[in-house]
Amino acid sequence: MKPALSVIFFTVLSGAGYGVWCLVGAALAAGIYPQDRIDILLPLGFGFVLVTAGLMASTAHLGRPERAWRALTQWRSSWLSREGIAALVAYLPLLMLAYLAWRGAAGTRVLGALLAVCALATIGCTANIYRSLKTIRAWRARQVAPLYFMFACLSGGLWLWAWLASRADTYVSDAFPLALLVLAIVTALIKVDYWRGIDALPAPTAGHATGLEMLGAVRAFEGPVTEESYLTREMAFVLARKHSARLRPIALTLFAAVPALAIAIALPSGAGWLAIVAAAAASGGVLVERWLFFAEARHAVAAFFPRAVP
Amino acid sequence: MTSLPAPAKKKLGLVIDLDTCVGCHACAIACKEWNDGGAFGPLADDDPYGADPHGVWFNRVHSYEVQPPAHANAPREVTLDSLMGTAPPDAAGTDMPAPQMVHFPRSCLHCETPDCVTVCPTGASYKRAEDGIVLVDEDKCIGCQLCAWACPYGAREIALPHPKTPASDTGRTDQKRGTMQKCTLCVDRIYNETLDACDRQPACVLACPTHARLFGDLGDPDSNVSKVVAERGGFALMPEFGYQPVNRYLPPRPRRDGSTIAATPTQPAPRAETLDTEKLPPLLRWLDKALSR
Repeated sequence: MKPALSVIFFTVLSGAGYGVWCLVGAALAAGIYPQDRIDILLPLGFGFVLVTAGLMASTAHLGRPERAWRALTQWRSSWLSREGIAALVAYLPLLMLAYLAWRGAAGTRVLGALLAVCALATIGCTANIYRSLKTIRAWRARQVAPLYFMFACLSGGLWLWAWLASRADTYVSDAFPLALLVLAIVTALIKVDYWRGIDALPAPTAGHATGLEMLGAVRAFEGPVTEESYLTREMAFVLARKHSARLRPIALTLFAAVPALAIAIALPSGAGWLAIVAAAAASGGVLVERWLFFAEARHAVAAFFPRAVP
Repeated sequence: MTSLPAPAKKKLGLVIDLDTCVGCHACAIACKEWNDGGAFGPLADDDPYGADPHGVWFNRVHSYEVQPPAHANAPREVTLDSLMGTAPPDAAGTDMPAPQMVHFPRSCLHCETPDCVTVCPTGASYKRAEDGIVLVDEDKCIGCQLCAWACPYGAREIALPHPKTPASDTGRTDQKRGTMQKCTLCVDRIYNETLDACDRQPACVLACPTHARLFGDLGDPDSNVSKVVAERGGFALMPEFGYQPVNRYLPPRPRRDGSTIAATPTQPAPRAETLDTEKLPPLLRWLDKALSR
């Protein structure tokens, strides 16, 4: 699949934003979050910027962005529609929570829980958009949905930690960065498992696509046109499979190894600035991971066409 | 409304005969011609006569080379190349039949339970309850392309400017469509009472010079198309997706009589190639040598 930058930036930025919202909301609901006003407002505001920037980026993928509101109508059947609704609904508990925190009023526990649920629901809808496409077998893998949640919580969590670690007068338990460390390692293991799985998938063949395999071995002799078309540009993207051997270790290093190392060094030494390095590296790593997620996925329709590049 | 309608009795669709298709692309051209001026607006067509044309086609014709399997005393009658009378002798002396060419028009199959309809977030993509035709309402489509991603048959193409178009040109009104386009089964022809009854068929069907395309109601077991599908073993493409395509493809026919093909002297030219120059008269031997240099 062609890795459209608009969709990649949407899933990475909004994912991190929803991760921040989810963790702040859950911690507020559990009553373990610092009660200082700025500790609530600033991370939520940062998440707001990420989520909103991501949603804006996603409209760049549309041929007619001015009609985007129409996408809210078909929630009965379409995960994309559900995602749009969930994304808008999530702003409600966010804004109410921000208002209550600003006023120092009570009720942040309930709204925190609501915000966490809405953020998770939106991430789940995003994952299901991809997971529900039968034509792209790589995205049908059982690891796809868990990984969307984990990458959101990992990248968002690291940004949240970066803020909290910079606050000298706010106590943050070591349990939070330690949990992020474990999350980074588990995410890496599941991602490697996903890659192993998609590498083992047989490439769809022309014989199967056309049904002509019953007559013998089928080779695509000629495409319908001599030039590229929408289908070959969009669905038969082959660049990534050429470079995946190099990009996968880069992604793993950035989203797992660097944050894990930064946490392991920062905790005993108290070097809080390492948290920013960890968060930035993780977001960069998720960007590479998401690029590969699209670019490595083979679409069934590519089988109809002669192989462009090996 | 992108939820699917209750299954209809009437299932309009195409039957494509891979035995008689000669790969002339007339169906694709006729389709482009009709739909460019049809009820669904013009088809995207960027730089059509330039070095790198880019546009939307509802119908695209592929060509495949099929190599029938080798086996002892290969029944030559099942190979299509022999149909063409072009079967060369096996160089290695095996029973490997010569490959055959199959031309393969690919278009929307108007599936009964397609995901391209249900993934649509706007209700632009829909399946008609009355005859099963899958259409796009271009006034509602936001161009998210999810329906094209959901289709394993490559039936949908988006009308966007050529990717290499300079940004300053992408705002041109003739390039700003930005919506998904697909085969309409010529819905603006088949019910068009201003046309003669015999012309109320999809443009591709009327254009085909070998009658390799048939149009009809595949939901009616007594229709001509259903009968020919039953008779010829018409098959659906990639049924494992569960979309239940309505269109059917008729497989290439086997050879009528294998023995006559084996006996047909189709190999004179290759035999002449194994020329024994020692047996030639001296003048010709010299000529052969001179020409072989």
